Amino acid sequence: MTHTVIDPAFLSLPFEPIAEAVLDRVRRSGATYADFRFERLRRQTIVARDHELQTSDHEESVGFSVRVVCDGAWGFSAGVDLTPAGAAHVAMRAVDVARRLAPLTTEPVVLADEPAYVDTFISAYEIDPFSVPDEEKIAFLLGLNERVLLSGLVDHATSDVQLVSEQKFFASLAGSRIIQQRVRVRGDLTAVRIDKSTGAFETMGIAVPPAGRGWEYFASRDEFLRRANEMPALLEEKLASPSVEPGRYDLVIDPTNLWLTIHESIGHPTELDRVLGYEANYAGTSFATLDKLRTLQFGSPLMNVTGDRQVAHGLATVGYDDEGVAAQTWDIVRDGVLVGYQLDRQMARKLGFGRSNGCAFADAPEHVPLQRMPNVSLLPSPHDVTLDDLIGSVDDGLYIVGDKSWSIDMQRYNFQFTGQRFFRIRRGRLAGQVKDVAYQSRTTDFWNALAMVGGASTYVLGGAFNCGKGQPGQIAPVTHGCPAALFRQISVLNTAQEGH
Amino acid sequence: MVNVRWAHNTVTTNGVADEVSLSVLSIVGHRVGVVTRTRFPADRLELIVRESEAACAHRPAAPDYMPLLEDEGVPADWDAPAATAEVDAFDAFAPKVERLLKQARAGGVRTFGYAEACASTVWLATSSGLRRRHADAIGRVSVTAKTPDLARSSWAGQSTGDFSDVDPAHLLDRLEQRLAWGARYTALQAGHYEVILEPSCTADLAVAAQAFMVRRDADEGRSPFSAPHGGTCIGERLFGRISIASDPEEPGIATAPFQVCGTSDEAVSVFDNGMPVLRTEWVHEGTLRSLVTPRYWAHKTGQGVPVPGAGNLIVAGDGPTLERMIADTGRALLVTSLWYIRTVDPQTALVTGLTRDGVFLVEDGQVRGAVNNFRWNMSPVTAFAQAIEIGRSQLALPRVHDDFPRAKAPPLRIERFHMSSVSEAS
Repeated sequence: MTHTVIDPAFLSLPFEPIAEAVLDRVRRSGATYADFRFERLRRQTIVARDHELQTSDHEESVGFSVRVVCDGAWGFSAGVDLTPAGAAHVAMRAVDVARRLAPLTTEPVVLADEPAYVDTFISAYEIDPFSVPDEEKIAFLLGLNERVLLSGLVDHATSDVQLVSEQKFFASLAGSRIIQQRVRVRGDLTAVRIDKSTGAFETMGIAVPPAGRGWEYFASRDEFLRRANEMPALLEEKLASPSVEPGRYDLVIDPTNLWLTIHESIGHPTELDRVLGYEANYAGTSFATLDKLRTLQFGSPLMNVTGDRQVAHGLATVGYDDEGVAAQTWDIVRDGVLVGYQLDRQMARKLGFGRSNGCAFADAPEHVPLQRMPNVSLLPSPHDVTLDDLIGSVDDGLYIVGDKSWSIDMQRYNFQFTGQRFFRIRRGRLAGQVKDVAYQSRTTDFWNALAMVGGASTYVLGGAFNCGKGQPGQIAPVTHGCPAALFRQISVLNTAQEGH
Repeated sequence: MVNVRWAHNTVTTNGVADEVSLSVLSIVGHRVGVVTRTRFPADRLELIVRESEAACAHRPAAPDYMPLLEDEGVPADWDAPAATAEVDAFDAFAPKVERLLKQARAGGVRTFGYAEACASTVWLATSSGLRRRHADAIGRVSVTAKTPDLARSSWAGQSTGDFSDVDPAHLLDRLEQRLAWGARYTALQAGHYEVILEPSCTADLAVAAQAFMVRRDADEGRSPFSAPHGGTCIGERLFGRISIASDPEEPGIATAPFQVCGTSDEAVSVFDNGMPVLRTEWVHEGTLRSLVTPRYWAHKTGQGVPVPGAGNLIVAGDGPTLERMIADTGRALLVTSLWYIRTVDPQTALVTGLTRDGVFLVEDGQVRGAVNNFRWNMSPVTAFAQAIEIGRSQLALPRVHDDFPRAKAPPLRIERFHMSSVSEAS
């Protein structure tokens, strides 16, 4: 049964009177725009290492922030004092910041229009993870570790869960009053196998994605247990497997790996704030510049990518973004051509896009909303293309499962990814594992090498909790749905040789 | 925290934020429960303590259980108010940012940057009587400068206490010098190159290396510092002539002289809260000397002594300045900053990363011009082992590890740095 009720503990907090006091104060101070955000964020991390509980903590943060435009400049202030006096102090501080920095601002801030909304949104989940006793969560993790350790093929196992519950209240001078409640969970299991005769070791992760779901994601356990059961033998095989011969290979990339490549090479370069240089000093810029919109052949015609904040169980799914813009779905790449960006209200207005597509997000009450990544997903083939079809189309290649190491340059051209498992493909069949694999490519070369896209049967929602961006640094949860896919003649490195 | 960010010579985002949190760790038997709350008015304190006690129930004993550290006496500044960074902190650096922006506009340079001032105070109290307080203030400024066509780019950053040592004109002069170097461009192929790493790069590699220095991982055989047939590599000369230390009293990068953490992992233990942090030699003249070791692990293994982790890193160096090293160069690449470092192989400490915002070809003692960026694959241990010249150590802001602003490092000359492929990012 999907949750339909906002947590009463959040509703008992005094966000409405604080909001009205703050907005009234900044209105009288001459702000031309103002929004108020009140958040309660609960996090729990539990880690089990081998047979022991390593850590378990509960964190709850409550705070609010005010963002104003005064004299054409932004002013942002955040506080934790939930009294009228505390709220007034934070409100006036935001105005003060804007006025102090207005002389340094050469482009007055103007926002794209958006209707005002009075609404409530609750993400799709069944069991509030914070309603589940800790002993059940701990038993789940210790049980996973035991399962792989008892095989005798694994020397060490570490498992963890991260659980997040987020409530936000948004209010604006324009009249929006929005309450949202979102829940997300992630779980992981990593096993280590050591060759005592040489000291060589290998690791393997379980490759189950995080999800915008509740504890029900773990309660059924089927996917975790199935994968945990597979791991020991796979890990033993990996440790004993031959080191890959570097060269060019056809790659069948599993969605458990491909989501991260999508994130880094499509998601980030189509963030318009990067395109405009706002991240030039930190996260970087983008090769997908405005002059390439509707002309850049980003990938092969099989490539269709959407941005959305609406998919069920998506980590970036919301009802409204942190500027009060209603959630939408739009095209980013259509038939291989770049056709869209991720926007916030200021950029949408500045660049003439009309309306924002709702990509503003702040990860905590003390942080200012930035343009952050929505769910960015590669659409599956409309045909019933199976994983076997993809593998069967490769004469000499690799099938890559699970994400591990990732790195990409400041304009999102050159990337290098590893994975958890690498299977040789010979004459259309899997032919055992190899190790020490990394694939390296240039973004548009890689996506133009896309030769087959899997169908719905191969489609998985992957993603991460911790996409980093901004100064001061913020993290964001984001989902990337994708099918398995085939890429022709991609450069594969041998990481053992790279190290020498 | 007070911060301001800008792009294309105009302010983008900014703000002033207050943050407070209370972490309560309750120990019942050998079990521990931790709750952290940002809202803790006096009438809720009892409730928070009870929540942490309840969190101890129905869970196994903590593997890192140790008796709490004991102490007597209360620090003289125990009752002093918390350090804060209020909106007036803008007075310290907003005028400097404004001067930098004006100078950049006048010079036809586009700048993108960030400045922040943080003030924080931590109080630590235990039921065993220990009381510790540490107040901290640190700021940082970093600037990327680009030519108007955005084709050339350079970066500089520094940490600072109160911004009095930040000279915007000097910062911009340095950036403009590098942009000018880039007027000549040479495309180079991937391969092994002699490189001169600027101090920020050295600091980033030191932080990357230090992340592997965990005693438990080494003892368990899952670390680059595990000996092949058991035990650790402590005592082995792995780092060439490099020395890496931490010292909470190091001028300019001082940090808390005691350990404080809210959760345990393989490198820290909540039961060690309050443990003095002293100067630690991680690597001395190339020899691995120490690995991070919580008390419980030292006790359990019966080997070694507890070694708390570090809040700063000092890579030693009393050699030549960067300018002297450039002048003494036959042919090398000058690398000014690194980016996106990630572990590829924990067995060998192999990491991958990129050069960013300025790589220059040096020949016959002169900077000849800019070259393309590279993706590199290299173990920081191997890189340090191949250092053939160590320059003069100075304050250095790691660009990749921006959550680790307290570092000193020298420029380094590395004999064979593996540039794995070309990056066309500019």
